[in-house]
Amino acid sequence: MAVKKRKKDLTFLEKIYIPEIVKGLSLTLKSMLKPKFTLKYPEEKFIPPASYRGRPVLVQEENGQERCVACGLCSRVCPSLAIEVLASETEAEKERYPVKFEINMIRCIFCGLCEEVCPEEAIVMSKDYEMAFTNREEAIYGKDKLLVPVSQLQDRIEFLRQYK
Amino acid sequence: MNVWEIIGFTLVKIVIILHVMLLTVSYLVYFERRISAWVQNRLGPNRVGWEGVLQPFADVLKLLLKEDIVPYQANKKIHTLAPIIALFVAFTTYAVIPIGPAIELFGYTIPLVVADVNMGILYVLALTSLGVYAITFAGWSSGSKYSLLGGIRSSAQMISYEISMGFSIGGVILLAESLRPLAIVDSQGQWFWNAWIQPIGFITFVVSAFAETNRLPFDLPEAEPELVGGFHTEYSSMKFAGFFLAEYANMIIASGLIVTLYLGGYYIPFINIGTFGLPNWAEVLIYVGAFSFKIVALLFFFIWVRWSLPRFRYDQLMNLGWKVMFPLSLVNIIWVAVLIMLFNL
Ligand code: SF4
Ligand code: SF4
Repeated sequence: MAVKKRKKDLTFLEKIYIPEIVKGLSLTLKSMLKPKFTLKYPEEKFIPPASYRGRPVLVQEENGQERCVACGLCSRVCPSLAIEVLASETEAEKERYPVKFEINMIRCIFCGLCEEVCPEEAIVMSKDYEMAFTNREEAIYGKDKLLVPVSQLQDRIEFLRQYK
Repeated sequence: MNVWEIIGFTLVKIVIILHVMLLTVSYLVYFERRISAWVQNRLGPNRVGWEGVLQPFADVLKLLLKEDIVPYQANKKIHTLAPIIALFVAFTTYAVIPIGPAIELFGYTIPLVVADVNMGILYVLALTSLGVYAITFAGWSSGSKYSLLGGIRSSAQMISYEISMGFSIGGVILLAESLRPLAIVDSQGQWFWNAWIQPIGFITFVVSAFAETNRLPFDLPEAEPELVGGFHTEYSSMKFAGFFLAEYANMIIASGLIVTLYLGGYYIPFINIGTFGLPNWAEVLIYVGAFSFKIVALLFFFIWVRWSLPRFRYDQLMNLGWKVMFPLSLVNIIWVAVLIMLFNL
């Protein structure tokens, strides 16, 4: 059986270290001069791609109405029980609408299941990642904070139509 | 000069050097963080003041305000003594490193070195060996296994590398025929640097200097992945800052020693300032500038190496110290002796 030369046996040049050290040093010197990846955050903001799952929001139609029909599926599927929906009737064609729609942002884990299960494309994940609260009440987002005009959510909706 | 004048000038020099050292140390920490960031394509601290230049002050303030925790199991006296020894060694060693030629001020000739000692190099060697005690004491007195392992490692490492360090200095002393730092600088002159004459000694000395200052790739005493923080795991607040300061002050001293012993001290290669007919103070200023430039370049090198090379394994470290660096430094002494024999240097 032929004895295989071990890969970790170093050549003489490698054993005297110095050329290899010079190689390593020149590599780090080069990367020292490369452009940096860091974003100066509060001034420069990260704009996520359409596939990004930020905080879930409700789609608001052009006429100011929410798309949601208060079927309660999202509330049912939510693994962390973050959504509370209270349904009521309306004169409009879709007949039902949520009187109360609350997402507890402390509970939400940004899994996107609510968006996946919604039959009406009424709840989608936005690009908003800046959420900060000073108490627990503030963390419960009602309809006022959740409703976002459909025009702002266009690329997420297109992404969903293509890949969901 | 009478005794009082000598004491006065020495005190002034001590105060100036101490302040310059402290300032350099704090900016060294800042540049360490910035350069490490640049190497990793990041920006580093850039918020406090313009481009983060006030960061060191913020850091010091933070460290001062932290609670000083002494572990229950610790030997309190030695626990407190260790950082003091570390700082003492780090700052006193600088006394014999000349930063420039003598300056004429108010009719006095003042050498730009705190103490122009005949045995300067021995003094440095003796004090840096004391530095081991700081780390060993810190490791032993903390009453924690991580600290103890860090302390033991560091004493083994420092003792092994001290030998090759001493032997590499042997070559320099042979050439200079003196232990006085100023004489060693003068013996190298404009371009006759020891780094060219005895490259092997230069390399062994630089490697040992890295090991002595516990810098990567030889920072086994504080190897974070295995030992948490090594010898300073159980230190906090100002005592931790003491070790931190001492480490960086040691870097400055190591650079100062390398410059003095191997890179021609404060001389500028190929340019003889004396022929320009400049006034004495301008000449001295240029020399001090050259010295500072060399130091800064070496400090950059220290940081640069830290962020390029991985840490040695313990057995590799010992192999390198005893089987490579030690024989090489002996070869260097023979090389220098042969040179002296052949060329009557
Ligand atoms: S699943 Fe969609 S339509 Fe149903 S309640 Fe939730 S958001 Fe409204
Ligand atoms: S993203 Fe997930 S956790 Fe958050 S509300 Fe929707 S289903 Fe619940």
